[in-house]
Amino acid sequence: MSVVLVDAGGTNIGSVRYALQRLGVDAALTADPTAIRAADKVILPGVGAAGPGMARLRELGLVELMRSLTQPVLGVCLGMQLLCEHSEEGDTTCLGVIPATVRRFVEQPGLRVPHMGWNRLQAGREHPLLAGLREGDWAYFVHSYAVAPGDHALATTDYGGPFASVIARGNFHGMQFHPERSAKVGAQLLKNFLAL
Amino acid sequence: MLSRRIIPCLDVRDGKVVKGVRFRDHVVMGEIVDLALRYRDEGADELVFYDITASPEGRSVDRDWVERVASVIDIPFCVAGGIRSVEEARAVLHAGADKISVNSPALERPALINELAEAFGVQCVVVGVDSLRDADGEWHVRQYTGDPSRTQALSRRTLDWVVEVQQRGAGEIVLNCMGSDGVRQGYDLEQLGVVRALCQVPLVASGGAGAPEHFRDAFLEADVDGALAASVFHSGAIAIPALKQALAAWGVATRL
Repeated sequence: MSVVLVDAGGTNIGSVRYALQRLGVDAALTADPTAIRAADKVILPGVGAAGPGMARLRELGLVELMRSLTQPVLGVCLGMQLLCEHSEEGDTTCLGVIPATVRRFVEQPGLRVPHMGWNRLQAGREHPLLAGLREGDWAYFVHSYAVAPGDHALATTDYGGPFASVIARGNFHGMQFHPERSAKVGAQLLKNFLAL
Repeated sequence: MLSRRIIPCLDVRDGKVVKGVRFRDHVVMGEIVDLALRYRDEGADELVFYDITASPEGRSVDRDWVERVASVIDIPFCVAGGIRSVEEARAVLHAGADKISVNSPALERPALINELAEAFGVQCVVVGVDSLRDADGEWHVRQYTGDPSRTQALSRRTLDWVVEVQQRGAGEIVLNCMGSDGVRQGYDLEQLGVVRALCQVPLVASGGAGAPEHFRDAFLEADVDGALAASVFHSGAIAIPALKQALAAWGVATRL
């Protein structure tokens, strides 16, 4: 199976790649449209801000390509947010393959932003991406922006109210947390993606 | 609910994990990757690696061990040590670190915090603050604490700096209370509480952990998001699984 990591400048590319290696998959890091189109699985990692993330995809000429992919695609953290329609972060138009918008956490007393640390996943519906996930399993999050729950949400997490922590529409999937840094739970979810 | 984080801190010197008392007299504790794996297996929520001699020696972090840690560790880790530019930070992040922490270089040039936040987002940017109460009764920051011969007391008040770094884009603050560091008498709850009131981003307590109750007090009294410790974990004086069980029993949200 060929897996590619889209090199959109995300700073967690190395750790996602290592996580895949621990699962026995050697993923190629590429920004080459032909290689991305030909891959069995495409992962869009991302740490950073939405504006520079989309700018980088545009510079690489990958916006239309990403939108047109038909194989399973996984966006991680910012990568997930880039799959949505719009992000409040820098008022950024994103890829728009999942009908959702990304908003900043509203600060409340005792609610620190960024949302940083281990929080629980609550599965909303059955999906092969969540195979083996137990209610309340922990995943590691680091983010200031989030997607509201909705039809696209496979799992939610509570931080001053629920937000979508796993989303999917058709072949496009997103995880707001970092599966590559979520110990055994994260490894299971990555394995599930590779098996889609 | 977000859990509170238990964070072993590994001070790195010449590629080994070391520990000193009150930032002096370092002894070797073990190999970086071995200790990292041990803490991962014991349930540490995150790891912090401080290349403690990088800043005093005017160099950046040695990226080889960052890559070695990143390839085996499946929990988040933060790297600190002499990161002075966006490019140096990018190299460490690309080597596999999840966050970078800046301390002395941010004091040299505070705009570094803005540049890092702009380049990578605030969630990657941790500011470490070494703080000590001076004769005037105020807490002041210290610079170059990795090398006692170069450690400098600054006129900058800790509380002013805590406010400023957040305005500049710090996504997390690690407050190292130097007066309590290494002596295992408990975190400096007074100082942490005052800083907490000024801190809208996650706050990590550092310096002074000696018993499970100290972690409890930091979480429940000073309301910190994470608690960092080194010697009590390295020596085995506190085992992380037992600590987390105890915290859960005290009502602290814990990833078990």
